[in-house]
Amino acid sequence: MKFDLKDALRRHGLLLAFGVFLLAVAANADAFLTLGNILDVLRQVSITGMMALGVTFVVLTGRLDLSVGSLLTLLTVIVVDQHNQSGAAAAIVMTLAAGLAVGAFNGFLVGFVGLNALIVTLAMLSFLQGLVLFYSGGSNVNIPNAQETWFAVFGRGDFMGLPVPVILFVVAGIIAGAILRFTTFGRKVYAVGGNQTASVFSGIDSRWAVFWTYVISGLTTGLAAIIMGSRVMGAQNTIGQGYELTVLAGVILGGTSLLGGRGSIFRTMIGIAMLGFIQNGLLLLSFPYYVQWIVTWAVIILAVWIDIGAKRGRIFA
Amino acid sequence: MTLVSNSRSDTFLAVLGRWLLRNHIWSFFALTVIVFSLSSPFFLTVNNLGNILTQGAFIGILAVGMTMVMIDGEIDLSVGAVLAMASALAIGLQDHIGVWPAVLVGLASGAALGFFNGTLVALSGMHSFVVTLGGLIGIRGLVFIYTGENALMVTDFSYTEIPEVYLGPLSMTAILFFALALFFQWVLTSTRHGRETYAVGDNVEAAYDSGINVKRHKIINFTICGTMAAICGILLSMRLGTAEPNAGKVWELWTIIAVVLGGTRLIGGYGSMWMTIGGVLTLAVLRNGLRLLNTPNYVELMVMGTVLILAVALDKLLNMKEET
Repeated sequence: MKFDLKDALRRHGLLLAFGVFLLAVAANADAFLTLGNILDVLRQVSITGMMALGVTFVVLTGRLDLSVGSLLTLLTVIVVDQHNQSGAAAAIVMTLAAGLAVGAFNGFLVGFVGLNALIVTLAMLSFLQGLVLFYSGGSNVNIPNAQETWFAVFGRGDFMGLPVPVILFVVAGIIAGAILRFTTFGRKVYAVGGNQTASVFSGIDSRWAVFWTYVISGLTTGLAAIIMGSRVMGAQNTIGQGYELTVLAGVILGGTSLLGGRGSIFRTMIGIAMLGFIQNGLLLLSFPYYVQWIVTWAVIILAVWIDIGAKRGRIFA
Repeated sequence: MTLVSNSRSDTFLAVLGRWLLRNHIWSFFALTVIVFSLSSPFFLTVNNLGNILTQGAFIGILAVGMTMVMIDGEIDLSVGAVLAMASALAIGLQDHIGVWPAVLVGLASGAALGFFNGTLVALSGMHSFVVTLGGLIGIRGLVFIYTGENALMVTDFSYTEIPEVYLGPLSMTAILFFALALFFQWVLTSTRHGRETYAVGDNVEAAYDSGINVKRHKIINFTICGTMAAICGILLSMRLGTAEPNAGKVWELWTIIAVVLGGTRLIGGYGSMWMTIGGVLTLAVLRNGLRLLNTPNYVELMVMGTVLILAVALDKLLNMKEET
């Protein structure tokens, strides 16, 4: 096969630009490319990263899930509160079950009733925020015996020198990637996102495919909530507010198309990691905190523009 | 469009019935007004109704711009951040360049950010969801840096008296909302730009083929949307006398909820300011009524979510009937 520079740039241009950014920061901040700092950044992004894995499934079908931020709040409150009331194991089971249930409800409304995904999950965002206040009565919850509970392992633990949340994120990523690549369900997700009509004529029941993507999104948000609860050892009523947008930003930055059908788990993991390293790098270079938001703006626009420009063969539409 | 009929045998009731079916938000609005009138003695008072209109007008002004963009089949997630920018500039600059120049700069910032969003959408061919999601994050960052992460206060409090002009129970803010909504309804139905808005939203390629300058057209509507957000931000700064960097956070979601509740469709080509006024007022009545009934805050959030889902489900149901 002939090496095609243009094609390689198109495929990996983002990674290249990211590499240049990493080197530029490393040249000016000694602490940046140390193992400790890298692990810290990965530990930080493991929560949004975990959520982004599930959201990638949804976005690949050409749909959206804006409810994950509120869901993260609800599930973190549940896992922390139930940890105190029913013990860690029961809390984890309940959290995952609640995540699956909300995902299934979203999936039912979008997949089977056929309502607009943006509106359904927007409504769910509002509804779940209400449910959080209902459940918690407006007060914050926390785990008093943070040093003693084995629940601490998910957010704070280390295994063979690696933070446990990072291991969970990477393992979940590998499983999610394998599901997308090697199972018929994964192929269906791409097919529904690529061309829904064609997928129906190929005998794919798009309703079930869409349904399961939302269930997966609920599950990964549940896992993220367990990491979050374990790391913070508490939960405020707004702990996940705005996470849906950060997660989407990471998914989009990775190059997964909002129109569906194009993208991958690996790309999402890169996108999320990029957001984390940009944030960390700018802070190490002692820029004001909010500069990272402006840089994120520019990076999202440039990354997506370059991606679709390369696909189209010219820069301007 | 099969519901529109020119037959002369139509009775008034039949015409009204069909109008209500297409604008089902107004039936829902009537229902909420009746329910709250019966359940709270404070609801149906001139004073309270005036308050509802003033409170609703802020989301309403945002919704006017959002409706233009949404009929085009686009979306603008950055209105909350643009609003914060305009309000910060209007208050931050007035000690240096005077009140009205500062207000003008605030308005100009909204128009410029809207123009910027629209230009990016038109030139790049990116989905406006992506462009304005970036804008939502980045513009908010600009606001935080400009304000130094603090709330800016007015030094001359006569600034807060500017919108305190009333026409009976109607505040200037509410009048401005209705005036803007009616003006843009006129634009939508009676100007070339308005007709083109529906054409572009309905079928971009057909619109392009029939000679509409789609890019310029979209840039204009995004600029309108940004300007509306700035107007809202300046009115908010006058009302509060401060500009918080977090002002208008998640208001873009409330705005989308109001517009969609009204019946305007996200896919474009369908909608009107009448629907948006209905959606805005219904949302305002719900929030006000639930508070008068002393319901806890969570009920409001849960009712909003439920109502929104019911509204789109109803819209889908009616739409299926229309097609058969």
